[in-house]
Amino acid sequence: MDQQMAVNGYIAHAPGYVHNDGPKLITSRFVHDDSFTLARYEATGGYEGLRAALETTPATVHDEVRAATLLGRGGAGFPAGVKWGFLPPGKHPYYLVVNGDESEPGTYKDRLLMERDPHQLIEGCLIACYALGLQQCFLYVRGEMAVAQERIAAALNEAYEAGYVGRDICGSDFSVDIVMAWGAGAYIVGEETALIESLEGRRGMPRLKPPYFPAAVGLYGQPTIVNNVETLANLPWMMVNGAEAYCRYGSESSPGTRMFAVSGHLRRPGVYEVEHGVTTFQELIYGDNFCQGIRDGHELKMFIPGGGSAPWFFAEHLDLPLEARPVGAAGSMLGSGAIVIMDDTTDAVKAAWRVVKFFARESCGKCTPCREGTTWLEQILRRILDGDGRPSDIDLLLDMGDNISPGPYPVAAHNGQEAVPFPPRQTTICPLGPSAVAPVVSTVRRFRHEYEAKITRRDPIPIEVAVAGASQ
Amino acid sequence: MTLSPANEALAAEIISWFPRPRSALIPLLHLAQEQDGYLTDDAMRRVGGLVGATPAEVKGTAGFYEMFRFEPVGTYLVNVCTNISCLLWGGEELLEHACESLEVEVGGTTDDGMFTVEEAECVAACTEAPCLQVNYRYRGRVTPDDFDRLIEDLRAGRTGIAGHGVLARVRQSIPAERLAGVVPPEQAREAPVWLDRNDVEVAS
Repeated sequence: MDQQMAVNGYIAHAPGYVHNDGPKLITSRFVHDDSFTLARYEATGGYEGLRAALETTPATVHDEVRAATLLGRGGAGFPAGVKWGFLPPGKHPYYLVVNGDESEPGTYKDRLLMERDPHQLIEGCLIACYALGLQQCFLYVRGEMAVAQERIAAALNEAYEAGYVGRDICGSDFSVDIVMAWGAGAYIVGEETALIESLEGRRGMPRLKPPYFPAAVGLYGQPTIVNNVETLANLPWMMVNGAEAYCRYGSESSPGTRMFAVSGHLRRPGVYEVEHGVTTFQELIYGDNFCQGIRDGHELKMFIPGGGSAPWFFAEHLDLPLEARPVGAAGSMLGSGAIVIMDDTTDAVKAAWRVVKFFARESCGKCTPCREGTTWLEQILRRILDGDGRPSDIDLLLDMGDNISPGPYPVAAHNGQEAVPFPPRQTTICPLGPSAVAPVVSTVRRFRHEYEAKITRRDPIPIEVAVAGASQ
Repeated sequence: MTLSPANEALAAEIISWFPRPRSALIPLLHLAQEQDGYLTDDAMRRVGGLVGATPAEVKGTAGFYEMFRFEPVGTYLVNVCTNISCLLWGGEELLEHACESLEVEVGGTTDDGMFTVEEAECVAACTEAPCLQVNYRYRGRVTPDDFDRLIEDLRAGRTGIAGHGVLARVRQSIPAERLAGVVPPEQAREAPVWLDRNDVEVAS
């Protein structure tokens, strides 16, 4: 490690990242304070994955990614190799759009990957472009991430200069440009069709579906692959070491490693690279190698297992592995690798309100159930918190939720009520609206008494005052 | 003020990298905001002219994105996160402290034009709660004392943080001889040459 040793696993030049024991497939360079430079990248195996890819055929590279069952790391968890297979043959040009618009509450791993190891991401983009015949790549970075933009711009400049990007890459017949684009503050742009709209210079509003996949109709109406930063960052290691080696980590259905940002009331909150599918929430939250448990003197009350859009979990879910299927069956999602831990001091209604407020603010306004519904949810929760709640408000909240996401909403089991598995249904084009329902349904089912306590706490108005007021 | 000659040149370069000029709209608006600290009507009109969008389309698009400002803000835009992870570690209290200490309301600018304080949504530094950004540069685990020191440092010009509008201090540039070439969607294209390697493999 350069210059300074890690303090309790934290590294001064990469705040939040915890360098612990365990396989490091995508964060291996984070310990170096100059990890974002080409010199460091080349000295630590950089661009060898690209060279390995160039020595084989594009189809072989695609097969390798398929064999590794590389699951998309953006939130939906769709296998990248399968998504790649949706490109309609012969409809060139194809484009690659990199989704670096990381904004889901609780999530940050793409930012670290962009800031700390931009060349790894660039190499991943190149491997994808080579495998699929993608002829131009647009790397879209969230607007608020000035450092990530700076590091990617600098890395691209170095890579162009060194012949890794642009014309005749590494002296071969493979040529592709990577152009950095960046946003300007809109969570919804993380939705892939909204991202494409933004990249076309428009308001970032999700497109009507079908077509469901930009692989069919994407940027400028052409077949487009939209991949998350972390997904692509896995490719260099995979090309050097092979799918078989990749599958030695993690579980059979979720191979490799994954980055998790674990925040909230913890002894050692941090961003960890974790073996996918085998590590449990229990190990991650309480393990000495990871977060080391809840802060002193307190106990776990609830946690969000997969970012602000995920229904909430409780102590009985700790033994679940960090794997999409069991988490989905239990009523939530693994989402974007963001776990938020709340201890016994947390006001469930207030926490739910804050997440809902986020979705109300970020709704793009295209679909009425979301535009109106998220705002209503926020206002009702706020009046409950302000002591102005009405006894009918709990049912009103659930009814509003039902208008955005009809039918039983995904939620954890409680008190004899069974879990409703993920995902929710929606009356909207994209999942933003339904996401706002998650904290509401999760907390109402579990902590209805907290809502009721806030509502009945209102002092009743004496009848004579009410009558006098009415007659004025 | 419209775009400076240097920014006109940069704008032309950025536009040349995209298959359609309109794709450069957001990057060019950032350029204009970097130049003036906010988006002036003149700059928006000019950017629209460059990318083939009407002034209404430019403003309609810019207005969708929170980072674009149509009026001046403080030299330093202080965004305090109060979203869930920061809420748990006192983000609301930090925002309150920021407003009290700078004597502004949320969204307000100090009389000297130095600071604007806003409530931010999650900025992806959740383990470093409560966190804030000054002109989109991070500060984590911020105590009220840390905040006051930061303000002192900013006033004294000790942070190296540039004025509002500046994001990355390094720009992408592509040497002409290295450019693979933009790929417009209109041209019905053959598969790129390197995909021929698949056929060779099948044939052999």
